[in-house]
Amino acid sequence: MTTVQSRPFWTIERRDAVAGYLFIAPQLIGIVVFVLIPLGLVLYYSLHEWNVLAGTFRFVGDANYQRMLNDPALPEVLGATAIFSAGLVVFNMSLALLLAVLVNQKLRGITVFRTIFFSPVVVSLVAWTIVWSFLLQANGGINGILALIGIEGPNWLRMPTTAMISVIVVQVFKNVGLNMVLFLAALQGVPRELYEAARVDGASRFKQFRRITVPLISPTILLTAIITVVGSLQVFAQIAVLTQGGPGMSTTVLVYYLYQQAFQFHRFGYGATISILLFLIVAVLTVLQWQMRRRLVFYEK
Amino acid sequence: MRSELSPRAKVALYGLLCVLSIPFLFPTWWMVTSSIKPISDIFAFPPQFIPRSADWSTYEKVFTLQPFAQQYWNSCYIAAIVTVGTMIVSSFAGYAFARIRFPGANLIFLVVLTGLLIPSEVTIVPLFQMFLKWGMVNTHWPLILVPIFGAPSVFATFVMRQFFIALPGELEEAARVDGLGRLKIFWTIALPLARPALAAVAIFTFLHSWNLYLEPIVFLTTPSNYTLPQALTQYVDVYQGPMWNIQLAAATLTAIPVLIVFIFAQRQFIEGLAHTGLKG
Repeated sequence: MTTVQSRPFWTIERRDAVAGYLFIAPQLIGIVVFVLIPLGLVLYYSLHEWNVLAGTFRFVGDANYQRMLNDPALPEVLGATAIFSAGLVVFNMSLALLLAVLVNQKLRGITVFRTIFFSPVVVSLVAWTIVWSFLLQANGGINGILALIGIEGPNWLRMPTTAMISVIVVQVFKNVGLNMVLFLAALQGVPRELYEAARVDGASRFKQFRRITVPLISPTILLTAIITVVGSLQVFAQIAVLTQGGPGMSTTVLVYYLYQQAFQFHRFGYGATISILLFLIVAVLTVLQWQMRRRLVFYEK
Repeated sequence: MRSELSPRAKVALYGLLCVLSIPFLFPTWWMVTSSIKPISDIFAFPPQFIPRSADWSTYEKVFTLQPFAQQYWNSCYIAAIVTVGTMIVSSFAGYAFARIRFPGANLIFLVVLTGLLIPSEVTIVPLFQMFLKWGMVNTHWPLILVPIFGAPSVFATFVMRQFFIALPGELEEAARVDGLGRLKIFWTIALPLARPALAAVAIFTFLHSWNLYLEPIVFLTTPSNYTLPQALTQYVDVYQGPMWNIQLAAATLTAIPVLIVFIFAQRQFIEGLAHTGLKG
């Protein structure tokens, strides 16, 4: 403390700290303004009855939550969300893994196929969805092709089961290339000596895949699963363009229901309550998956 | 990955790859070819995989029914600003979290990471109210400000942080001993080395902004302000039925430029995305 005069106030550490705060300031302020404050407001709104058209805003306590518990549509919405997410994750991950293994083979021209499988990722989402909507019409391209081989196709988007299958499949083909690339990067990181050793021991290809490949790329599988699940809960444009949540409520997933309640029926308070539910589901799923990571994922070190 | 495949296995593999390619290639082909079919051929049976005759007037109608050129420009300039803005915000923040030691850094990083947990759909209702209060509804500000500073940029910051953590620090240390300030070190030494990570951030930020759909339909109300995804769905007849050939022509105009860029730069695209912090 006696060396105050000889040490300048602006030490390297102090300069660094100031630089650090300045560097992160735009991001931190952005998160506070556009994420944390809105999240607080969602909670606040959810305790109010708010009809935009009538201009009413009053405190109602837990009425919106009571209403959600008794909402006859909600079980169906949650069911549709669960089926959609589960179907999407299972189909997406298995197709991505298959494609990654295929394009990892040493073959001439294999990068052409890699490009093809990835290409829908860069096609505008709504453009892609419109084409599929066109293809899936009763007299559209898919049924035209089926008719060529003597099969009478269903009216895909007008029946609950086929509509759900359609929105899942359209979404998977759009984005599976992304997961394929992540798996491919992981596959290329598996040391080749392991396969050599396994072959010497006479292990079949399938066994090599199950005992060597899958455990070694399990961190990537888990991370991709988290991204895909959380992403599946945010799917909106595809539903809005393909089915508008129908037929009936069969493809009304939670985000679409939230949009309908808040912006079509102008029930902002109830919309905010659904937002809270969506947030809780995403948070619980993410935490669960990080917990699973400890048990299921194999680490080299 | 392993030993040479037998010729028979190779043929089988090529066959499988070709069959699997169909659902990835055919929609784009069908979109382009159907967009120039006369309306009478659009649902023709048997399906015309190659159009019998071309009718280019659909492309004219794309521009006369809506201010499509304006909408195209809106999407382009918004995506450009969001991409550059996100690169700046996330590289500064990512660098600071990775390299600079300051009190509270870990806590602040955790706070920022909550952005990953909260999908923007959760906060759309209050965001709408906030922008309404600021007089910014039916402007492009919400589509620019929220992606650059809000939840969507957190992933970019995370990627940049992972990159800077892995980067060897000797050069920077040498510069510090020479008395260079942080800003100068960041700008002249660290950032030029971060090109691969910046490229990845640029690609997925651009695609995210280009594909945004919920936010535009919530925030924008006049057609001249619309962005492309929203505009595509507006080509409908008086009964709200889609005008298919015009929608497909507009979709083609939206999709093809990005596809062409992708084909030329596909290595950077794919490897850039594969080498983000996602590798786990």
